[in-house]
Amino acid sequence: MEHIVILGNGISGVTLARHIRKLSDKKITIISAETEFFFSRTALMYVYMGHMKFEHTQPYENNFWSKNRIELKKGYVSKVDSKNKSLIFSDGEVFPYDKLILAVGSKPNKFGWPGQDLDGVMGMYHKQDLEKLEEYAPNNKVCKRAVIVGGGLIGIELAEMLHSRHIPVTFLVREASFWNGVLPKGESTMINNEILSNGIDLRLSTNLKEIKADENGKVQSVILEETGEEIFCDVVGLTAGVSPNIDFLKDSEISAEPGRSIELGRGIKVNRNLETNIKDVYAIGDCAEQNEAIDQRRPIEAVWYTGRMMGETLAQTICGNRTEYKPGHWFNSAKFFDIEYQTYGWVWSQTKENEARFYWEYKGGKKCIHINYDKNTREFIGINTFGIRMRHEFFDKALTEKRNIEYVLEHLADANFDPEFYKLHEKEIVEKFNSENNTTIQLKKKSWSRIFNLQA
Amino acid sequence: MKYIQKIGLGIFLVGLAFFISLIFLGKYELTPSNFDQFVANKGIKSDIFINEVKANVLGKEFDGPFVFSSEIVNTLNSVNNIHKQNSEWDKVIWSKPHSFAYELAKDSGKGIVKDNKGLFWWLTFGLGIIGALLFIIPNVITLGPKGIKNNGIFLSSATNRGWIGWLVFIFLVGFYLLLYFRPDYIINWTYIVDPISESLSGNLASQWFLYGFLYCTVMTVMAVRMYIKYRHNKYQVLRTTSVLFFQIVFAFLIPEILVRFEKPWYDFKNAFPLDYDFFFSWNLNELIASGGFGLFILIWGIVLTLVIVPVMVYFFGKRWYCSWVCGCGGLAETLGDPYRQLSNKSIKSWKLERWLVHGVLVFALIMTGFTLYAYFSGNQSVLGIQTQTIQDIYGFLIGAIFAGVIGTGFYPIFGNRVWCRFGCPLAAYLGIVQRFKSRFRITTNGGQCISCGNCSTYCEQGIDVRAYAQKGENIVRASCVGCGICSAVCPRGVLKLENGPETGRINPTDILLGNDVDLMKLINKK
Repeated sequence: MEHIVILGNGISGVTLARHIRKLSDKKITIISAETEFFFSRTALMYVYMGHMKFEHTQPYENNFWSKNRIELKKGYVSKVDSKNKSLIFSDGEVFPYDKLILAVGSKPNKFGWPGQDLDGVMGMYHKQDLEKLEEYAPNNKVCKRAVIVGGGLIGIELAEMLHSRHIPVTFLVREASFWNGVLPKGESTMINNEILSNGIDLRLSTNLKEIKADENGKVQSVILEETGEEIFCDVVGLTAGVSPNIDFLKDSEISAEPGRSIELGRGIKVNRNLETNIKDVYAIGDCAEQNEAIDQRRPIEAVWYTGRMMGETLAQTICGNRTEYKPGHWFNSAKFFDIEYQTYGWVWSQTKENEARFYWEYKGGKKCIHINYDKNTREFIGINTFGIRMRHEFFDKALTEKRNIEYVLEHLADANFDPEFYKLHEKEIVEKFNSENNTTIQLKKKSWSRIFNLQA
Repeated sequence: MKYIQKIGLGIFLVGLAFFISLIFLGKYELTPSNFDQFVANKGIKSDIFINEVKANVLGKEFDGPFVFSSEIVNTLNSVNNIHKQNSEWDKVIWSKPHSFAYELAKDSGKGIVKDNKGLFWWLTFGLGIIGALLFIIPNVITLGPKGIKNNGIFLSSATNRGWIGWLVFIFLVGFYLLLYFRPDYIINWTYIVDPISESLSGNLASQWFLYGFLYCTVMTVMAVRMYIKYRHNKYQVLRTTSVLFFQIVFAFLIPEILVRFEKPWYDFKNAFPLDYDFFFSWNLNELIASGGFGLFILIWGIVLTLVIVPVMVYFFGKRWYCSWVCGCGGLAETLGDPYRQLSNKSIKSWKLERWLVHGVLVFALIMTGFTLYAYFSGNQSVLGIQTQTIQDIYGFLIGAIFAGVIGTGFYPIFGNRVWCRFGCPLAAYLGIVQRFKSRFRITTNGGQCISCGNCSTYCEQGIDVRAYAQKGENIVRASCVGCGICSAVCPRGVLKLENGPETGRINPTDILLGNDVDLMKLINKK
């Protein structure tokens, strides 16, 4: 029986294993050094905040794995020997495979800051980071201040986490406005305000120079690059993005002939079938780097659902139906303190030449939508929505059918996904568009038959 | 703000201490005139009992309810034994001993509490309400800006089965045991609500009036907490208002006022089989005896169960009843909200749930069948089983132990919907309709789920919502009461409670939206 070995028990590896099991009777082993069972990484923050216990982050009951004959093995793989088709564990154990899938995820970026490895300096990625945070920042007596370096999604989550335990937070963001490489100005400004209104000491256009230690080798303060200001703190969170977790592969290929080792770029290089250059070795999830970017996506996508989709796709290939990885239309979501964010299609931070934009913001600064469309063909390109939930299916279909901006606005009521009785803004949004563009778009009433055709 | 909350907690605890101490206060003395009247009202034929009471109880002063009660209960039991041995069946007193003692004690109490009902109302209910509100209202500020604020729930011993949770559990279980089985110990609690009862129905308060009043009070105070916690969520605000309205007006005020006009006590929203004694002969007789109005209630009760309930479930799901109207649901959604995360989500508990809840439904239906057969045929037993025995077993096991002691007492341990999930026969009936013939579902929003687990954690019914959401499937489950909290706590806007066309309501898929369409078609077609 063919032995499929999956290195990494995150969403991509686990999805792959589940789908291989659905399709076949192959022997499956999942290896992880981090945890015994699969858990939702994105939910770690809620454990620290006390919304959940760690076991709540595990989507499957512990007996799920044996029931589905998926073997779990805990251990740290230090080398891959692709010539002899085996893995070598840190304790020397040699573990053979027939097909190997690398789903090893990411690790937090560190940019060589002095002091970046001191006690009390941590990322927010692994379960072990959570345990460290619990140790160094259990409350605001032990941790009188925390400094977060890096203004992305993990950074703002870490700020929210610490804030939930009333720990003062200084948030250093290199950019002039929060996440402005992704978010356009309106949205980015709104989130700046949300951060500030939660009492976070947000420092924009600010870089870290160094982290200073006390006499015990623990964090004592950070020094800012621009002003030289020293901020005393007990915890430093490094959240300046993540990159593929491939260091162990770099000096790994012990017996590989020259030119026959697994090809690495920033990540593990794969083709559209998620195959590496070595036969029977594949890579999926955060660690996979597409040889050529797909559509307008980045070659490496550290996103929950892309990992899942790669797992779904590769299961087909492994079970004899060689399938290309073809992600559909881009979408994503996040939550910034109390403001939910969803995006469908593309709304770049900077308007491109062929694009026109429409921005609406609700009074109070907690809700907005931003639509991107082609100014010549009027084709809908994408939407950002903050504080209003929208239907994924609606926009996916609008993008597939290449609908225009008028269609999207007319059917905005179909797209709304907020809970019942919530205040609706569609009328106001359409009116604003009409008055800005001299159009006469009429909002259509919500129609169940149209909504249900979405799913057909 | 923290300071105000601490003062509030202190005041609340003082009120609670007064409330508990009332059990031990007061003296009891049965006067001859009260006793004569009691004997006459009850039609007591046992001369031994009358003589025993006259010799040992009358004119004596008893300290506290326990000695008085044990005197009466012991006398009653020993006298009954004598009559039973002598086969003097007409002289046996068939009343439940402690309910019997309750009625005598209610007449016999004297002392500080009975003389100062208003004062003691303020020292117990008054301090409790004021203290609780002082504790709750500052949440407007301490919780921070409006939004989901579940911070620290699993770090607090009150909401994570810590020592506070266990203390609350002991108090609640103790309260229900007293209420159902030792009403003669809580006479003082009924005294302090006498004035309110008299102003409504004209009668002195029974332990059930006390319970009804306490129920409404607790729900109102805890509804304030709900309003603050979910002030960003209009669904929750409206739903809370609705359950509060139906509890206070339909379950409490209207029935009491009906009694004032000498009509039968009836809660118009309490549908059979939750209202399990609706078809009991005493109830049918009482309704028929009250003329046109009684007949109206009888027809309403039948139409409610057979037509209104299922039709409404078809259009809106069982939520219209369970989390918008029902009193049990109302308490669960107010007093119980802090405990919703404690429900068990395992597949095992789901299995247990299906056996138990449908088992209770079958039990209720069989009992009712027997009862109606007995009523119309005149036979007191069916297949050799006394209908009275079945009714007593149901009333004890399901009505008292399951719905009360376990259903509410176990809030801090097993979560706030233990009764609704495992025991309520009406919920089982509604659930069957919801699962197989309804427009209600919780829609999953394409591929947005990140499997974080907030929805499952906060589902009071123990539904593993995430198991569906992460597969892109809608959630259609018999037990879902549509509280809407899964949707509220979802950080990615994945869940929406909706009533829509039946087609496509249940949509099992293997691949979620977001993939290339060809792959989705390939896999989902299989």
